[in-house]
Amino acid sequence: MNQNMSEVSWKVGGQQGEGIESSGEIIATSLNRLGYYLYGYRHFSSRIKGGHTNYNIRISVTPTGTIASNLDILIAFDQETIDINAHELQEHGIIIADAQCKPTLKNTTGPEIYSVPLTEIAASFGSKLMKNIVSLGVSAELLGANLEIFTSVIKSMFAKKSKEVINNNLHAFHAGAQFLRDHASHLTHKYSLIPVRPTPRMYMLGNEAIALGAIAAGSRFMAAYPITPASEIMEYMIKKIPALGGAVVQTEDEIAACTMAIGANYGGVRSFTATSGPGLSLMAEGIGLAGMAEIPLVVINTQRGGPSTGLPTKNEQSDVMAAIYNSHGEMPKVVMFPSTVEEAFYDTIEAFNIAEEYQCPVIILTDLQLSLGKQTVEPLHYEKIQIRRGSLVEDAVLPVLAKSEYFKRFKVTDSGVSPRVIPGTINGMHLITGLEHNEVGKPAEDFHNRIAQMDKRLRKIQAVPAKYNLPVYSNAPHVEADILIIGMGASRGAIEEVIPKLTADHITVNHAHIRLLCPFPVEQLRPLLLSARRIIVVEHNATGQLAQLIRMNMVEAGRMTNLLKYDGGIFHATSLYEKCKEVL
Amino acid sequence: MSHSADFRNTTKPNWCPGCGHYALQNTLQQAAANLGLKPHELAVVSGIGCSGRISGYIYAYGFHSIHGRALPVAQGLKMANRDLNVIACGGDGDGFAIGMGHTIHGIKRNMNITYIVLDNHVYGLTKGQTSPRSDKGFKTKSTPQGSTETPISALELALASGATFVAQSFSQNTNELTALIEQGVLHKGFSFINMLSPCVTFNKINTYEWYKNHITSLQNIEGYNTSNRLQAMQTIMDYEGLVTGLIYQNKEKPSYQEAIDLKKQPLAHANLNLGEETLRTLMSEFM
Repeated sequence: MNQNMSEVSWKVGGQQGEGIESSGEIIATSLNRLGYYLYGYRHFSSRIKGGHTNYNIRISVTPTGTIASNLDILIAFDQETIDINAHELQEHGIIIADAQCKPTLKNTTGPEIYSVPLTEIAASFGSKLMKNIVSLGVSAELLGANLEIFTSVIKSMFAKKSKEVINNNLHAFHAGAQFLRDHASHLTHKYSLIPVRPTPRMYMLGNEAIALGAIAAGSRFMAAYPITPASEIMEYMIKKIPALGGAVVQTEDEIAACTMAIGANYGGVRSFTATSGPGLSLMAEGIGLAGMAEIPLVVINTQRGGPSTGLPTKNEQSDVMAAIYNSHGEMPKVVMFPSTVEEAFYDTIEAFNIAEEYQCPVIILTDLQLSLGKQTVEPLHYEKIQIRRGSLVEDAVLPVLAKSEYFKRFKVTDSGVSPRVIPGTINGMHLITGLEHNEVGKPAEDFHNRIAQMDKRLRKIQAVPAKYNLPVYSNAPHVEADILIIGMGASRGAIEEVIPKLTADHITVNHAHIRLLCPFPVEQLRPLLLSARRIIVVEHNATGQLAQLIRMNMVEAGRMTNLLKYDGGIFHATSLYEKCKEVL
Repeated sequence: MSHSADFRNTTKPNWCPGCGHYALQNTLQQAAANLGLKPHELAVVSGIGCSGRISGYIYAYGFHSIHGRALPVAQGLKMANRDLNVIACGGDGDGFAIGMGHTIHGIKRNMNITYIVLDNHVYGLTKGQTSPRSDKGFKTKSTPQGSTETPISALELALASGATFVAQSFSQNTNELTALIEQGVLHKGFSFINMLSPCVTFNKINTYEWYKNHITSLQNIEGYNTSNRLQAMQTIMDYEGLVTGLIYQNKEKPSYQEAIDLKKQPLAHANLNLGEETLRTLMSEFM
């Protein structure tokens, strides 16, 4: 049977430690090499072994920005996986379950359940642990995929293992495929995809794109403290940065991470830190110092469920206000929020440019879906990588300072941006302080100076929205739409899938995705706000922070309907569509 | 030739007349001159409190950071530019209360910087509260009945944390202090210098007179060996931390920069461009 599907949704589930992630990686890498577009998302808990985990991969012939609402294939290593996930299966779906768990399905109608002795086959090749590899053989056969691609990916994944281990895994893989051919010919190639042309593309995490972006931006120093879901950024940097001559310091806490990155930026190397909510709270005072002392600083905040320790492994977008306001007092700060993995790469480069051009902290927000969701990304363009260091001046052009005279590092200028020198520069001596200070950085309480310095700092970032690359992404084909959907972050994928569904119901939809949160892109959003009769703001938080932000900044906001999700999950296209229909 | 005057600026310190901290201003300027530094080759990073003002009273690059965080800022700066002479300064509140974690980890990390604690056993800028170094029974606004807590032993702490250079001096021992700062800067690793600095306004117990009567120079202890860690610890305990001079130095342990084999050229001067070939290689790993 050959169905030639344009899209298949596959999931593998079991206990943490059962090789769930490696199964997902092997199937995804294989299908990526075959030329399909992928979106991968893992469900996991804050523990190392045990506890249900799954890896969901959407395989499509066209680009896709989120996981599918329903499943075609579920590979279950235990009964719990079936109990938790079976309801996601479509009518024609299939559950491949390890015979060892004596799988049962509560409902007799609906998807088919088919037992395969995964553990038993794996054991026959030397290790029960290989049941995930056996299941991959079954999956490859269900998908009618080229088995050779899988074997080459398995070989490279286990490249560091012994030849025997590699061979055992390859045998296990082929035995899985053979089992399906021998015992369930009605299932072989049942979910085969429309063939596509192999095209070199990447399959990467948002966190990896951010780290690669930092490297491409010329960042050669990172200070960080491990935290979910940010750690992959530090881990990628640690893997790659020594060869590029840089360094990563794993600090004693997030306060040190932030202030060490400040010290390094002051020293002239593009530096950053990456954290999540609890760490952002600890960094608040340091971020204020960078604002006051006009030191470039890039902070990545990968949002997870809050408050406090909250839901460390679940998705949320509830640090919007925290990112904008987390430090006391009023300061220049830029907060951005990319919405795809590819954007995460280019926006990170831009964050380093903005931090130096405007000499202020820049916070890049992600949500857990963006950080830990894996997406197909077209090859990145080297020529699109720009490095702009603003008004950083070299010693060659500095006038000689008279004895004990300082360089005017905080000179009041029309733009608000002052010339900047780095320590070690001859004739560049100046002072830095978190106290209010004069043009050379000496503490100064005089009120004229206070107003001049405060205005200068706040003035300089006003230019950001007009110069920012796409502060509001929009797809607004209608002059007067029935609704405008506004979102941020990784919910873009789901919103983009909802639009054709609503269009089919004869509802005209414009879409605006906010990519720059601070300073708020008022001018860029205004025409969009005015382009629709109703406004729906989609957010993964409980209090509608994006809607609040729009209201605070724009009198045009009018009535907005908030669609909120704060259970830790993500909006699927179907659930979002149903929510939209409810409020319309 | 450098002169201590090269490191003077025109700012009048806001310290009280007679404050022990003036000694650091003078000795730091003298040590920098003796080391032959130029003002642009020196960066002083400080914390918050009376001590924190030191970075503004030396003509060099000065960074008055936030309370307790002078050390991470200084370490970041050193990572950016290993050619720069980085001296971090702070008070006993910075180093042993709010920034205690950074002190221990800074010592453990062993970056090639110098850390000088201006230790006056009291919180001065907030007008007289107990500090982590205040003696038991010390009466302040926050301990009207006298402090019930045992003070942190700064020197024992530094040694126990694996310090490769531990020294202590006193505001009036200016020659000793100058020499220790020079040795600290030349030490390949983290040099920890505790400076006993009387607060003439809020500490009427640990006065200049009191220190003179209580401190012992290590030079007067026969057979004292600065490379013997056990003897250093024993001596600190025997003298209840009231010794001055170089207490311990380990010249073998590599500094952080050496241990991670950081390249010799300062990162601040590195080429920012990744190169198309490198990007292509990195991308291929995701394919």
